[in-house]
Amino acid sequence: MHFVVCIKQVPDSAQIRVHPVTNTIMRQGVPTIINPYDLFSLEEALRLRDKVGGEVTVLTMGPPMASDSLRKALTIGADRAVLLTDRFFAGSDTLATTYALAQAIRKIGETFGPPDIVFAGKQTIDGDTAQVGPGIAKRLDMLQLTYVSGIVDLDNESRVIKLERRSEGGTQLLQSRLPCMITMLEGSNVVRRGRIDDALRAARAEIVTWSAKDAGIEDLQLCGLRGSPTVVKKVFAPPARAEKAALVEIGATPGDTAEAFIEAIFAKSPALEADVAKLASGF
Amino acid sequence: MSEQKPAPQAAGSRASMKKELPEKYRNHKHVWVYIEMERGVVHPVSFELLGEGRKLADQLGVDLAGVVMGAPGEDVKQAARETFAYGADVVYLVENPVLADYRNEPYSKALTQLVNAHQPEILLLGATTLGRDLAGSVATTLLTGLTADCTELRVDDDKSLAATRPTFGGSLLCTIYTLNYRPQMATVRPRVMPMPPRQEGREGRIVPFVTDLTESDIITKILSFMPDRDSNKSNLSFADVVVAGGMGLQSPENFQLVKNLAAVLGAEFGASRPLIQKGWVTADRQIGQTGKTIRPKLYIAAGISGAIQHRVGVEGADMIVAINTDKNAQIFDFAHLGIVTDAIRFLPALTEAFRKRLSPHSNDRLAG
Amino acid sequence: MIDEKFDAIVIGAGMAGNAAAYTMASRGLKVLQLERGEYPGSKNVQGGILYADMLEKIVPDFREEAPLERRLIEQRFWFMTDKAHTGMHYRSDEFNEERPNRYTIIRSQFDRWFARQAQSKGAILLCETTAIELIRDAYGKVVGVRTDRSGGPIHADVVVLAEGVNGLLGTRSELRPRPSAAHVALAVKEMHFLPPEVIEARFNLKGDEGAVIEAAGTISEGMAGMGFIYTNKESISIGIGCLVSDFAESETSPAKLLDIFKKHPSVAPLIAGSEVKEYAAHLIPEGGYKAVPQLFGDGWVICGDAGQLNNAIHREGSNLAMTSGRLAGEAIFQIKSRRDAMTKANLSLYKKFLDESFVLKDLKKYKDMPELLHTQAQNLFLTYPQLVSKAMENFLRVDGKPKIEKEKDTFRNFRKARGFGLIGDAFRIARAWR
Ligand SMILES: Cc1cc2nc3c(=O)[nH]c(=O)nc-3n(C[C@H](O)[C@H](O)[C@H](O)COP(=O)(O)OP(=O)(O)OC[C@H]3O[C@@H](n4cnc5c(N)ncnc54)[C@H](O)[C@@H]3O)c2cc1C
Ligand SMILES: Cc1cc2nc3c(=O)[nH]c(=O)nc-3n(C[C@H](O)[C@H](O)[C@H](O)COP(=O)(O)OP(=O)(O)OC[C@H]3O[C@@H](n4cnc5c(N)ncnc54)[C@H](O)[C@@H]3O)c2cc1C
Ligand SMILES: Nc1ncnc2c1ncn2[C@@H]1O[C@H](COP(=O)(O)O)[C@@H](O)[C@H]1O
Repeated sequence: MHFVVCIKQVPDSAQIRVHPVTNTIMRQGVPTIINPYDLFSLEEALRLRDKVGGEVTVLTMGPPMASDSLRKALTIGADRAVLLTDRFFAGSDTLATTYALAQAIRKIGETFGPPDIVFAGKQTIDGDTAQVGPGIAKRLDMLQLTYVSGIVDLDNESRVIKLERRSEGGTQLLQSRLPCMITMLEGSNVVRRGRIDDALRAARAEIVTWSAKDAGIEDLQLCGLRGSPTVVKKVFAPPARAEKAALVEIGATPGDTAEAFIEAIFAKSPALEADVAKLASGF
Repeated sequence: MSEQKPAPQAAGSRASMKKELPEKYRNHKHVWVYIEMERGVVHPVSFELLGEGRKLADQLGVDLAGVVMGAPGEDVKQAARETFAYGADVVYLVENPVLADYRNEPYSKALTQLVNAHQPEILLLGATTLGRDLAGSVATTLLTGLTADCTELRVDDDKSLAATRPTFGGSLLCTIYTLNYRPQMATVRPRVMPMPPRQEGREGRIVPFVTDLTESDIITKILSFMPDRDSNKSNLSFADVVVAGGMGLQSPENFQLVKNLAAVLGAEFGASRPLIQKGWVTADRQIGQTGKTIRPKLYIAAGISGAIQHRVGVEGADMIVAINTDKNAQIFDFAHLGIVTDAIRFLPALTEAFRKRLSPHSNDRLAG
Repeated sequence: MIDEKFDAIVIGAGMAGNAAAYTMASRGLKVLQLERGEYPGSKNVQGGILYADMLEKIVPDFREEAPLERRLIEQRFWFMTDKAHTGMHYRSDEFNEERPNRYTIIRSQFDRWFARQAQSKGAILLCETTAIELIRDAYGKVVGVRTDRSGGPIHADVVVLAEGVNGLLGTRSELRPRPSAAHVALAVKEMHFLPPEVIEARFNLKGDEGAVIEAAGTISEGMAGMGFIYTNKESISIGIGCLVSDFAESETSPAKLLDIFKKHPSVAPLIAGSEVKEYAAHLIPEGGYKAVPQLFGDGWVICGDAGQLNNAIHREGSNLAMTSGRLAGEAIFQIKSRRDAMTKANLSLYKKFLDESFVLKDLKKYKDMPELLHTQAQNLFLTYPQLVSKAMENFLRVDGKPKIEKEKDTFRNFRKARGFGLIGDAFRIARAWR
């Protein structure tokens, strides 16, 4: 089977700084990482490959430097990496991104065999929209299975897949069919560490690098800024929270302190006490 | 600003692009809110959105409509009545047995058909698992823009929707417009907007909409549904009170102190990532960027430093309370209330004090 | 099991490792480089000043692409007391030359770039891969390493240990002793982010010009230590270091010292309003010449901090690391081209190169300094700065006291200090310096 995993290289959010005057992101020295959510999808794809056989192709659209993330995915165990990079993609919003990625996935299908499952991350930590996965599914006319917490069964023959999906207020057990697009829920697996031979292979691997044209994208009007219906008009720093936490004084005994602490909590939010009391009583 | 989108010169050309709505979108009118229902119950975020939608509709001088979809029956009727009570003028009612439980396929088809038939100008959905799943596919099918997780919605001078949302993990906010495409779609997370007052007896117009979906066309089947309350899995994302512990607890044994407090409060318990990595706590309990996002009414963090990745997962809490030995810990930058003390010694006292405070009878029992 | 054999395995992608990997790879050797960090430089801490000359010998046109922060045109030395500093200040437009001699760098970016240069010459770099064990043949010759990834060992003719001061491979394999507490300083450092315009205004700089402040005195609470402030493009690196053995004896902690330094009235305005992003602690080898271990053996060599090749007096480390890495690479290449084996006898060529270079010459010159600084720490870092400061204050304050009396005060103070050994210290330092 062929599993395609979409990964995105994102700035490590812990390290992002905002220029106090211009409100722009100061990227200097901000390291990039694979979007952490994508790793859960990558791991799931690797597990399926190890179970039913096949190949895992990782795909990213981004600047040439995004090949670092692809190489890392190869180190973890992916078989092949495709980088879609072209200045025409600059400024893509989610709609334009899904167009480019869907075209690239088609091309991957033609070149390396049609994908049975396309994986995407649940969401990214920079864009944080959770739209790209569903968008790709729609464009490729694939069944869409988001927030998957576990793949229960995958039948090679009948192409039937059974999985658990997190829904609002519960877990659905779904049965669906390949080809489909899956986004995995965070925490649904633990990402493996690649073997030394994977690491060596990854270090030397040729990363398939495609321009828009290579990926068979003809209509550049649908790419990048031109293909993006949304426009960012203003970027600004959130108003800083004025005060820091109010600190409760230490009392004579831990018991006194605890009481003063609880008093302070409920004083700040009187309605809370009733809510908590209700919960506590096992309601 | 060009930092947000990578190509500066391209950004320039785009910013200067004129807003000129193509002919085919000129008939799009009215503000819609998708009324999210699961198992017969409307998600409160839909009412919050009606409150917000009302303001937008009034500013634009158009109707506010709710979209109610589900299996035919009393549930959808009830949902329609609620939708009016929270401010809608119109309800588009889509009843079909295939819409009994949420599945992407039939729901996205039905909603897309409805939008194409009745052409709203603005379409709002909750940023829940359901809303995000649905919005993404509908927007792509309609080839329009979608702004996720908005924290503020406004109608601009020229009547377009200005949607403000956090970006880069909350370090910045940005305001996004959908130029030249309709509808303008946006999602909003639960509890971001205030709940509007309910107007008992308020009525409106129901517009039924018929879809031609049949079960045999739908590939994905729901084999079963396990509601959270019947499972022993963590229900962190939806809990009203959450108690969490971090590395400050120093040993897996001490994590029991967090569980004890949670038990007394009827709360869910969670942890920072290192505890999951060390195997002290299971992965479904991780709170933060790569764990659960929580928005409880009360969040108590013990021995957690408050790193940005943790912070983004808890910031939506109404009240954040922190226990930490380090008065300079980052968590005090965003907690509302804090105490600088050893959590290992303080938690038992706090648990006991809560126990006393919350069950008035316990005093009696002790006395008697 | 991996069948492939490499000409050399380099442990570490810091200054020394990258220099060695680059030198060997660019001469056509098959090089594997292992780095335990997420990427080269992710764990490396340096003030940091880059000395251009030594890098030029490795990558001649580095100025075109390397991530350099600011070229240094100004150096300040501060003698600090609790409330004051007495300073020496050297600034010259000569430093605005075409090929500037010193730059500030941020290691996390620089090391990445440097490693990439080695990769572009054909070296293979595996990150997040820690070498945990040396593999030896029946005769004890090192023939490869085992890493913390499954799928084990990798073989090579020679292993270059460029693992830094606290690398465990060399010490665990008993190639070198664990550096003693008296031979390593613990430095802590923070990055304070500020808009470039603010930095330029505060330090009187324009464009890419940069300044450095080195500070000693009461800030180290009587221990042998130094504070430093370096200007980067968008940040200021500020830190302080003291010998680990001193920390062990004293009550204070590195974090506390840094706090004192940052709050010093001369320092606080420089970093006011900044956003602190990175707190890092790192060891600096300061044992000097006498602490340098055996640097080569059958199938192995040691470069950089791992070999205590660090000149604490001049705050030079990365250049010694780079140069030793380059020399190791050149020696290995020569041996290889002669088709000789990587035996201890043959690898002594590396030591010969080192002896002939500034690396060991400089270290030899200051061989007595580390001990002196350590034993005289109280005087050097507490008493003398206060004397100087008092003298300056006395001299500058216009308070109606006759100048002659002021002079007398000052002399009296210094005379008292003779009891502490002022003259002897001055003499000893001068001798050690020479
Ligand atoms: C890509 C990425 C994703 C991440 N995702 C997440 C995530 O989803 N969730 C998450 O939590 N982290 C995440 N992290 C990790 C995050 O950066 C922090 O490392 C982590 O949150 C720190 O956990 P902590 O606060 O428990 O531990 P520490 O940072 O070690 O803090 C312990 C705290 O306890 C205090 N303390 C010590 N002793 C006591 C005592 N006796 N009583 C009271 N207080 C005490 C200390 O003062 C300190 O503030 C992520 C990191 C990365 C790089
Ligand atoms: C605060 C501070 C300020 C300084 N300022 C200056 C300055 O201004 N100018 C200057 O020239 N020098 C300065 N130095 C000294 C300089 O940083 C060092 O001398 C230099 O980094 C030494 O290079 P190295 O390659 O030997 O070691 P390192 O740079 O420490 O590199 C060693 C590398 O090996 C890796 N490693 C270790 N063990 C393993 C293993 N088993 N497997 C795989 N990888 C491993 C490490 O992760 C690391 O990347 C400063 C040092 C400090 C701490
Ligand atoms: N540029 C990209 N290249 C590859 N995959 C992407 C890209 N952008 C988004 N994705 C995928 O879509 C998921 C959701 O992204 P988002 O909608 O931005 O939250 C990510 O987790 C990735 O799997």
